[in-house]
Amino acid sequence: MSRFLKVLTVAAGVSLVAGAAGAGKLGLGTEATPEEIAGWNIDVRPDGQGLPEGRGTVAEGEVVFAEQCAVCHGDFAEGAGRWPVLAGGWDTLKSQHPVKTIGSYWPYLSTVYDYIYRSMPFGNAQSLTPDQTYAIVAYLLYMNDVVTDDEFELSNENFTSIRMPNEDGFIEDDRPDTPLVSEVEPCMTDCKDEVKITKRARILDVTPDEDGDTAGISVD
Amino acid sequence: MSKSDRPEKGIASPSRRNLLKAGLAAGGLAATAGFARAAEPDPYNLPPNVADWSRYLGVGVDNAPYGMPSEHESEVVRRSVEWLTASRESSINFTPLHDLDGIITPNGLCFERHHGGVAEMNPTDYRLMINGLVDKPLIFTLEDLKRFPRENRIYFLECAANSGMEWRGAQLNGCQFTHGMVHCVMYTGVPLKYILEEAGLKTNAKWIMPEGGDAAGMNRSVPIEKALDDCMVAFKMNGEALRPEQGYPARLVVPGWEGNMWVKWLRRIEVGDQPWHAREETSKYTDLLANGKARRFTWVMDTKSVITNPSPQAPITHGKGQTVLTGLAWSGNGRITRVDVTLDGGKNWHQARIDGPSLPKALHRFYFEFDWDGSDLLLQSRAYDETGYVQPTKDELRAVRGENSIYHNNGIQTWHVMADGGVENVEIS
Repeated sequence: MSRFLKVLTVAAGVSLVAGAAGAGKLGLGTEATPEEIAGWNIDVRPDGQGLPEGRGTVAEGEVVFAEQCAVCHGDFAEGAGRWPVLAGGWDTLKSQHPVKTIGSYWPYLSTVYDYIYRSMPFGNAQSLTPDQTYAIVAYLLYMNDVVTDDEFELSNENFTSIRMPNEDGFIEDDRPDTPLVSEVEPCMTDCKDEVKITKRARILDVTPDEDGDTAGISVD
Repeated sequence: MSKSDRPEKGIASPSRRNLLKAGLAAGGLAATAGFARAAEPDPYNLPPNVADWSRYLGVGVDNAPYGMPSEHESEVVRRSVEWLTASRESSINFTPLHDLDGIITPNGLCFERHHGGVAEMNPTDYRLMINGLVDKPLIFTLEDLKRFPRENRIYFLECAANSGMEWRGAQLNGCQFTHGMVHCVMYTGVPLKYILEEAGLKTNAKWIMPEGGDAAGMNRSVPIEKALDDCMVAFKMNGEALRPEQGYPARLVVPGWEGNMWVKWLRRIEVGDQPWHAREETSKYTDLLANGKARRFTWVMDTKSVITNPSPQAPITHGKGQTVLTGLAWSGNGRITRVDVTLDGGKNWHQARIDGPSLPKALHRFYFEFDWDGSDLLLQSRAYDETGYVQPTKDELRAVRGENSIYHNNGIQTWHVMADGGVENVEIS
């Protein structure tokens, strides 16, 4: 082996170690072109980053919504059957049965645009144009009384001026929040005098069996 | 000589054997899904008789190029609860925890949670894009990913909604349904930091947004500290390629954090300086409290445990005497250091025996052997992790959070064992 090759081999060895430690580039992957990025880069943030140019009115949104969305979400975004309710539910968040909609719960309008554009209609995602998406979002704002003018037009230019009613309804994760978080040894013996059964799944009886479904408290 | 005309030995005639088998099959059909049925042995197969399997050749080596479990284990399957969701494509099913042991979940039994059905992705056409606040946006093929240094890690993946149906009380009768949105496998993949470093992070890179290539386009915001710590892009589970329903050919692994963030069919990671507040971290996976405010970014899955056997789908069938109690414990904050169990609803506790590997952010298996006297039992397990966290009761959680959180219910589960060995899901005072 020539001295040159030996040097190369040692260098390669060093490079390998660096790679395994995550300290150096391995030369893998190819540079993404602007066109490639544009095709997949569809996310929209609360500050408007990612919004494409476009516009749509409440009236235009009503037409698109009737054609593309109402079969599941209802003509007025009130939900059909078991499909999600998109409007209403104001002042229910403290109740026993909260109705969490775009108007009552969602903090940011950007999420409405982002989600509709990326994954709706259910079963035909990424089929809407930016203008159709702006129009649907405008219609949903109207159905939720966030805008009250049925001539309202939403665009990339006025988008971030819209504030959602529950923007301040969220707090950061503040767990741990239960009293058992401690260094104190939990009780091991004679911890209770009496134990009573307070709730039974058998009474509710919603566990599936071969006969199919039954009603119960839903998670989603 | 065929089996039918050979001389019979022993007490069971062919017709008697067929009758027994028919009775077993009918019993199986009548049994409620997921509930153990009493097995009636076929006397022909018992001593002093010599069973067919001891006389005749079995199938050869090529009978099943990809093997399946014994037909007698056909009840060990994922199950769903159809009323939980409006569609089958955005839905959930459950791991049969009551039938499993150890800490590794077989690939075919790992629970599924999809938001747009299973993407059937061709690995040749798979691409992972890295863009945003990077020096050089990159696209990787699957082959590229397999040229990075790899690591193997065993982690649990728990859906944030696991046990969510139980917030308001005992609802579903079986740990498969109350706790089965969890699985634990060994992942093989690339540390995410290697992939990000290949693109080169800008100094203002604070968050990443993994995004799925399925019809839901699942997207979440992950802080850069977590991304550079222990996240992986995995392409193998338990040694073989990911199952399609688990994100084939590549998914994100976010150890200890809620399952929703483990984006499947991973197609893109954008790097940014702020969170995105995507639908799955605003409308969903935020935890509504009693005062009407909601927690967001509740990423970690806290310490939790459940007794998997006995349980409603796994009643005690052997009567009084020596009994093995077993279950699972896990924590998104590290290792499980201890599990206590009670047989009397929390009056007295006993330290259980953890057996098998104790790995951070992985399932742990515990056992407690006892002599059952045939009386009613109220079983609970209480897990501790290495940070000192003690698994709370459901009432302690409700006292702080109310009943509408949906997610992150890690409260202590109670099983009521009745005198006949049957078990039900209950809550106790």
